[in-house]
Amino acid sequence: MREERNIFRNIDWILVFLYLALVVIGWINIYAAVYNEQHGSILDFSQRYGKQMVWIITSIVIALILLMMDPKVFTAFSYFFYGISVLSLLVVLLIGKEVSGSKSWIDLGGFDLQPSEFAKIGVNLAVARYLSTLNIRMEDFRTKVNTFMLIGIPAILILFQDDTGSALVFSAFIFVLYREGLSGNVLIIGALVIVLFVVALMINKWIIISLLGVVAVVWFFLIKKNRRDVISLLGLFVLVAGFVYSVDFAFHNVLEDHQKQRINVLIGKETDLKGAGYNVNQSKIAIGSGRFFGKGFLEGTQTKYNFVPEQSTDFIFCTVGEEHGFVGSVIVIGLFVGLFVRLVNAAERQRSGFARIYGYGVASILFIHFLINIGMTIGLAPVIGIPLPFISYGGSSVFAFTILLFIFIRMDANRLQLV
Amino acid sequence: MQKALSKRKYVIVLIFYITGILFVMRLFYIQIIDRSYLLSANSNVLRHITQYPARGLIYDRKGKLMVYNEATYDLMVIPRQVKNIDTLELCRLVGIDLPTFRDRMKKIREYSVYRPSVFEKQISKEAYGFLEEKLYKYQGFYVQPRTLRKYGKPIAAHTMGYVGEVSPDICESDPYYKSGDYIGISGIEKSYEENLRGHKGAKIIMVDVFNREKGSFQDGKYDTIAEMGKNLYASLDMEIQEYGELLMTNKKGSIVAIEPSSGEILALVSSPTYDPNLLVGRVRSFNYNILAQDSLKPLFNRALQATYPPGSTFKLVHALVGLQEGVLNLQTRYGCSMGYSFGSVHVGCHAHGGPLDLIGSIAISCNAYYCNVFRTILDNSEFPNQAEGYRTWRNYVTSFGFGSRFDTDIPNVLSGFIPRNEYFDKYYGKNRWKFLTIISLAIGQGEILTTPLQLANLAATMANRGYYYTPHIIKAVGDLNHQQEKYREKHTVPISRQYFEMVVEGMYQVVEYGTAHYYKMDSIPICGKTGTAQNPHGKDHSIFIAFAPKDNPKIAISVIVENAGFGATWAAPIAFLMIEKYLKGSIAKKEVEERMINGNLMNVK
Repeated sequence: MREERNIFRNIDWILVFLYLALVVIGWINIYAAVYNEQHGSILDFSQRYGKQMVWIITSIVIALILLMMDPKVFTAFSYFFYGISVLSLLVVLLIGKEVSGSKSWIDLGGFDLQPSEFAKIGVNLAVARYLSTLNIRMEDFRTKVNTFMLIGIPAILILFQDDTGSALVFSAFIFVLYREGLSGNVLIIGALVIVLFVVALMINKWIIISLLGVVAVVWFFLIKKNRRDVISLLGLFVLVAGFVYSVDFAFHNVLEDHQKQRINVLIGKETDLKGAGYNVNQSKIAIGSGRFFGKGFLEGTQTKYNFVPEQSTDFIFCTVGEEHGFVGSVIVIGLFVGLFVRLVNAAERQRSGFARIYGYGVASILFIHFLINIGMTIGLAPVIGIPLPFISYGGSSVFAFTILLFIFIRMDANRLQLV
Repeated sequence: MQKALSKRKYVIVLIFYITGILFVMRLFYIQIIDRSYLLSANSNVLRHITQYPARGLIYDRKGKLMVYNEATYDLMVIPRQVKNIDTLELCRLVGIDLPTFRDRMKKIREYSVYRPSVFEKQISKEAYGFLEEKLYKYQGFYVQPRTLRKYGKPIAAHTMGYVGEVSPDICESDPYYKSGDYIGISGIEKSYEENLRGHKGAKIIMVDVFNREKGSFQDGKYDTIAEMGKNLYASLDMEIQEYGELLMTNKKGSIVAIEPSSGEILALVSSPTYDPNLLVGRVRSFNYNILAQDSLKPLFNRALQATYPPGSTFKLVHALVGLQEGVLNLQTRYGCSMGYSFGSVHVGCHAHGGPLDLIGSIAISCNAYYCNVFRTILDNSEFPNQAEGYRTWRNYVTSFGFGSRFDTDIPNVLSGFIPRNEYFDKYYGKNRWKFLTIISLAIGQGEILTTPLQLANLAATMANRGYYYTPHIIKAVGDLNHQQEKYREKHTVPISRQYFEMVVEGMYQVVEYGTAHYYKMDSIPICGKTGTAQNPHGKDHSIFIAFAPKDNPKIAISVIVENAGFGATWAAPIAFLMIEKYLKGSIAKKEVEERMINGNLMNVK
């Protein structure tokens, strides 16, 4: 009894509040997005908002159960959960049901389970467990290989389901690994690679390579001319030029047409508003037409009348932007950024490495979803179908994000006790 | 080590903040700075649906419905919204083939991809019923209810005119009209367009991505209600209009009947005519071409646009001018020896006793008498020369409404022609023309030209003994009691009433024992004047003008039957029948009526 009371006293209520706020905002916007006058009751379970209501309540029950569990269970069973995750990803490849191009669903009779949503939890637990093991150091080559394996195996399995978006989410662990000692160059190189990638697609490759050559020549005259520097400069030039060249090659010869189109739309090379650019354009129209205060609750027209596709799942942010305007959008963004920062701060205060790494994992996974999803709706990221955590409609996603977050809240509540 | 690594938190948190700030900036741009998204949103979801008002109805002077509306449906298309439709099924529904469909869509796209265009006009009721159900399948298409004119009786086609699609020129110059709108093109439909059309309303509705209606925008705050066009009360009497058209069957010519006390036109018949229902809806241009190519020119409104020399009916004017100028009185007599001769000039006349006085000259229509009267008018010693005398004479003539257009509500009224001095100066040279040069004017021939409407107005002026109201076709707009003010202005001829009484007596004698006595009716005292318009192209035109009853006249009329010879043979009996029909409601001498109806003068040249 005494211990339980302690737990509830030690719970980070700010995290819980941020969670509840986002879930409620999500439900309100799902209600608005699918609202129609014939189905007025909020408890109409044939409607998406009715189902989402059920899932939110179930999630809260799950959260309460998690809070009452002994946090040692998570550490002890982390590889087990990882194993189950990988297994379920294999199962879905065998018996999965295909929905809009991705074979990511297992039909559980009335409820479609999406194992890729839950796999994030397993991977996060396993990474936290592995990196917090005594004598495991990030600098070791072996550690790097093992960690990338842990992350890579489920990511590749998800790629096999043709669900690029969910696979991409695993890149979130780059933040975790960085925090745990991976060289900072990884982040910088990663950012450079993205910039060069986009530039290589936008501008003719030979122009970029010539420009890089000019930079190299200028550099050559600025540095002390010893052989070693000249060789490494030359090597760097060849490497970068080669990257630009291969991006161009890969884009034209490896990517599939719809992927090429999405990237072209994003970088503004293609403005086919009826085809590939339709979603993003309609999404921007919906958000842009919200203006400062929005059109008001249930007054949105673009989302309600289906101009925006997937308006209750991947494009739910359009409803926020349209009905609640700039003000509502900024509040939602503020809540998310607040959640991420709070999670990172909470992770840093953990005594156990496991809890810290896990906390960073939660923050990073949520952040990547936020980055890609909202970036997509406002035309800053390519169209990649992943949900906005806590807001988007979907049972698997609500359950998975709740479990992901509350495992950490439970561990955090226990932070003052000895491990 | 851990200590140093925990600093990395700040890099990660910084990335979170930068992402948040970037998103907020982007949102600020698309939500607040760039207005184009709002416009796109509106064009996505808002449909401005024009509410077409019903066109005003037209009643006759007794409140009987002449022109009304019938509902039809136009299939409209907004090309930008057309996507994924079953083109073949739509073609089948509308009854066109695929190349026609493509052709039309191409033309419509050239006009505008955003604005609605008419795809198929006046689709059948069956197609409408079917489309109504299936329309959600045809994104970008919708049905627009419209109205078409319908005529209860196939009469007064020329007067009513017709309604057709607005031309691109008008579309551009008048912002009220949009391509595909209807507009009055001729007749009353044209001159009263602004009253009849009413006011278009606009309804703004919201549609979803499948173009399905989702209700009104902001509870209809910005909607405007269509206002129905105003009803018109024509001055026409349907009964005698119809009767006039019947009498003119197989004859070329016209009948114009006016109520003298108001200037209201009771009947306006132009023959040959056509059924106004032929020029309605999708068959209009087809039928129009047939009518336009007809050698009998059924589209030509003779009552307003044909000009004839007035012939002997003009002797009334000469007599009045002579009396007013003091060169003529009741007792003035001139001899006639089968006409008037002066030097080499001879104007013929028919055989009659003489010499005649003024009344007799009118009754018998003596040419020689009026050559003398015309000469004395021009020779009047008050004027320095005959040219000045002519100028004075012309001023009298134009005061009857001759030589100029009536400022009236029927479009395309012609002015006729009463030559000015300058005309003769130019033609013959200044001071090189005199009475003898223009002697044919004395008997209403020569250069002068008048329209049947002007001749009816002359009859009305005679009936009123010296004044007239501008002849007009619409009695009241909106409400039968709302008489049109602008037609209440009295136009007075500068000739005193006593002279009118004298000439009217002459007109009475025309019917009593004169040129038109053959068809005299005992029941109604009619005053009239026969005329024969010489026709250089064929047989003369028969003219008769009249009013009745003699005292307190109710109807003034002009009848012209082309190529029918003397005024007394066809025009007079037709005028009598019209008068009898109007005043009595029925015809006593059925045989005359029958002869007139069955008379076929179409092929007389």
